[in-house]
Amino acid sequence: MDDPHDDSQHIARHVKVYLTVFIALLIGTVLTVAMYYQHFESVAVTVAIAVFIATVKASLVAGFFMHLVSERKAIYAILVFTVFFFTGLMALTIWSMHDNPDMTESLQRAPRAAAPAAQHVP
Amino acid sequence: MDIPYTTRLREDTNLYNAKVGIWLFLASEVMLFGALFSSYILLRVGAPPGTWPHGLLNIPIGTFNTAVLITSSITVVMSWASLKMGNFGKFRLFQAITLLCALSFLTIKTFEYRDKFTHYEVWKTDGARMTGHIEGTPWFWKTQTLKQKNLDQISFHPDPHHYAEPRAPRGTGAGGEHGGGHLEAITIPTAEISRLSAFVPAHSTYFAVYFTMTALHALHVLGGAIVIGYLWGPGAKLWRTDPERFTNRIEVSGLFWHFVDLVWIFLFPVLYLL
Repeated sequence: MDDPHDDSQHIARHVKVYLTVFIALLIGTVLTVAMYYQHFESVAVTVAIAVFIATVKASLVAGFFMHLVSERKAIYAILVFTVFFFTGLMALTIWSMHDNPDMTESLQRAPRAAAPAAQHVP
Repeated sequence: MDIPYTTRLREDTNLYNAKVGIWLFLASEVMLFGALFSSYILLRVGAPPGTWPHGLLNIPIGTFNTAVLITSSITVVMSWASLKMGNFGKFRLFQAITLLCALSFLTIKTFEYRDKFTHYEVWKTDGARMTGHIEGTPWFWKTQTLKQKNLDQISFHPDPHHYAEPRAPRGTGAGGEHGGGHLEAITIPTAEISRLSAFVPAHSTYFAVYFTMTALHALHVLGGAIVIGYLWGPGAKLWRTDPERFTNRIEVSGLFWHFVDLVWIFLFPVLYLL
């Protein structure tokens, strides 16, 4: 059949790529956990780094293990719609966060230090 | 009746039908998990300061489970590549490892859940709160359980750190259950307890989100493992009669499995680390 993945020599070459991606994913996982133990002053920076590493890892899985780097147009067409609606969903989420007076107030509150601290009984 | 385009490519899509089908299904799955992630973001950002628990999940175990799923992803793609190169023996080996990884992931998750069902928070009438374990490690106790059992007091092993307190520097062993163990057992009269809850969905928004998302993900792991197990066992007979169609089935099941891995790649930092 006329499939870009049919050629067995082509597949054999790609096995090396799969192994490289596998190692990159493991390194990404270690970096994510290392980030947790690294103290960042800003919560936004911590979240941004964690989401960035996760996005890179997800792109590697989708691109190479799911073959999206060399797929047919029909698959890309499906994904364009998915990305559009997913982006819309997240944009609505972020928009609603700033549209809700209560939530805006909670966003502006001082972080953990000003919280009504629960008393811990030893 | 013959199912069309199981191996032959359609002229309009240039794909076999199952591949279009699985991608359409995965698109719907993206929206399903996307809705849950957006709910998580809203609930997390809207939570009053100090009420969102931190450090209650075991990070080394979560990291290990991430590595297990990543390993299963490489074995899935290697099993498909083995079939493409005509090596059925290697396919069987790689998919056996995939199934072992799936089983390991679910087993570890079960132990994580079990730990949560026996881990408690006590709200005292004077406003004090503490987390820890009840003597005898009972499951699913709640405030009403104390009355139903006519208990005057409970023996409680508190954790050294409560999640609402300012965090000690990470890695110092004071960050929840994965650091520091328990303090000496104390006795708490039930008259002084205003609320008792295990770490179950009813405990807090955080655990409601945690159990919803991880249980839905675990169901996907289970479903994927059942399909892969079928194709590894009885379904593998197709390889002898129609190897190309069988290889396509493996590719389709593999695409689903990679998606399950992909979801976990986001779930792990969001629920365990942030």
